[in-house]
Amino acid sequence: MTTLLEVKDLEKHFPITRGAIIPHKVGAVKAVDGISFKVEQGKTLGLVGESGCGKSTTGRTILKLTEPTGGHIYFDGQEITHLKGEKLRRLRQDMQLIFQDPFASLNPRMTVEQIIAEPLKVFGMHKEERQKRINYLLEVVGLSSYHKERYPHEFSGGQRQRVGIARALALEPKLIICDEPVSALDVSIQAQVVNLMEDLQKAFGLTYVFIAHDLGVVHHISDQVAVMYLGEIVELGSYDELYAHPKHPYTQALLSAIPEANPHRKKERIVLKGDVPSPATPPTGCKFHTRCPFAEQRCRLEKPTMKVVSLTGQEAACHFVEEVSDVVG
Amino acid sequence: MEEQYLLKVDNLHTHFFTKTGVVKAVDGVSFSIRSGETLGIVGESGSGKSITALSIMKLVPNPPGRIVEGAIYYNGEDLMSKSEKQMRRIRGNKLSMIFQDPMTSLNPVFTIGRQLVETVRAHRDLSKRQAEARAIELLTLVGIPDPKQRLKNYPHEFSGGMRQRVMIAMALACDPELLIADEPTTALDVTVQAQILELLKRLQEELGMAIIMITHDLGVVAEICDRVMVMYAGRQVEFTNRIALFDHPKHPYTWGLLDSIPKMEKEKRRLQAIAGHPPDLRYLPQGCYFADRCKQATEECKMHEPTLTKLDDHHLVRCLLYEDIKVEST
Repeated sequence: MTTLLEVKDLEKHFPITRGAIIPHKVGAVKAVDGISFKVEQGKTLGLVGESGCGKSTTGRTILKLTEPTGGHIYFDGQEITHLKGEKLRRLRQDMQLIFQDPFASLNPRMTVEQIIAEPLKVFGMHKEERQKRINYLLEVVGLSSYHKERYPHEFSGGQRQRVGIARALALEPKLIICDEPVSALDVSIQAQVVNLMEDLQKAFGLTYVFIAHDLGVVHHISDQVAVMYLGEIVELGSYDELYAHPKHPYTQALLSAIPEANPHRKKERIVLKGDVPSPATPPTGCKFHTRCPFAEQRCRLEKPTMKVVSLTGQEAACHFVEEVSDVVG
Repeated sequence: MEEQYLLKVDNLHTHFFTKTGVVKAVDGVSFSIRSGETLGIVGESGSGKSITALSIMKLVPNPPGRIVEGAIYYNGEDLMSKSEKQMRRIRGNKLSMIFQDPMTSLNPVFTIGRQLVETVRAHRDLSKRQAEARAIELLTLVGIPDPKQRLKNYPHEFSGGMRQRVMIAMALACDPELLIADEPTTALDVTVQAQILELLKRLQEELGMAIIMITHDLGVVAEICDRVMVMYAGRQVEFTNRIALFDHPKHPYTWGLLDSIPKMEKEKRRLQAIAGHPPDLRYLPQGCYFADRCKQATEECKMHEPTLTKLDDHHLVRCLLYEDIKVEST
């Protein structure tokens, strides 16, 4: 197995400035605050967390749609953290993005053909070749060539997301960052799109970073899952280990909060109090201590680091991993 | 009618008259709810669940929408015959509603306090000070810390979950007997959703109100509903209690919905998606509306419209598969 994507201590801080004439920095929103992970070729990493935890910013920073403020990104063995200009443009062929909202991410004034042709044009493909490729792509995502002439508004949500996927596939990328690709879809349509994405991964050997807040979908599609809280990864592990034996109290709470479609299973629910603190003024020590049911003095003062907590290589950032997992496990 | 119902909806038809045709958003829906009960209405976008709720409140935008047929009884009174003035007295007092998006349901330019006080005073003859005390009481009830200070805040100073709590507080202002919750947790994160569901459960116990819970999430249904109505293309396709819905689902659409949910089991199985997409409500097919997507469908299904069949005392299903059963049993 080769590592396709590696992220080391990635940071993205957005400055907060005051003053209209002489702007000066008064603080920073730490959207992504030192995260590290690896994704193997052909595998899927699921990135979960609540709104504002930095999962989308992570995706956009990897694609270099925003410039990271710290850390390193390695793609296909090459450091790309500070890549610019033509080199970056070439690199973008290999990395694509699928967006959440298929209603907003397709230009309403372009036909499906034009939408899919655009990346091909940008990278200089001939007209005839382009036509062939578009027909092929439409077929691959389960649409027909007669859909080419239509505009996005003529399609349902699921079909629009298929168009978005076809566009992302156009340049034969190696990595696709999927930013909540199914959360705007109804559950029966969601299943169609998830199945399609799995088929495409097998057929083209794609690597996915799958960003979502729906833990069920993430479990289904991911090989590895990273749980984020306030810009940091608090737990990372294989999908089965992490879901069966969550070690971090936040992961435990998150999993216990999912309402399960099974009226017989009465699970012990850990209901977290309060809301996620602001990433501009994150709590000291462990960022989760304000909502953690197990928090002690040490958590307020000392920041926990990621450590390996099981034989399978599951990692969690909590001072009391052993104690906590004893309580719940 | 032997049993006393709080609300009874009988053969409701709500249609929208648009330039391109008549959209049959709700097309013959009947159900009833007892006090203290939680009824779930499940379905995908466009299945008519929200329009059913708006019809009960008589809030369907007219034009283009109109209740063309059917009756709604609340405590034995026919709501259809009520004037707008009379409805205003019922709405908020007896029937209350919360919406999906707490960001757009609150007015951004007024403080939470002012909006709460306005709601309270619209329905009750209270002085400003008394109304304010009631507002504080309500915020305490829905678990907002430091309610007196929070009254002075604007909606944008609240998080999504807190805003939804404010909406619930507003809906509870006059101790309604029935609360209609239209996807109250869809816009919220899962940990906040858990908080709101706990809150609704607690409030129902304390205040004894009935809840109509509209959702597309079968997980939420399993969590809090007593009985469930599954809707598809403006019609109820299955209606039963919670346990039977999950243990013995009868309608192929319900099977499909249950199978589409990714299960968090160790062994990964391919998701059983329902092929195709819901029909256009302007051009509904002949026969069963679900036939195009149904694996069980026969030629018969495309010709004949199935009726809502009673399988037993608490199980109704609209599918030709079961119509024979009815014949045998009667």
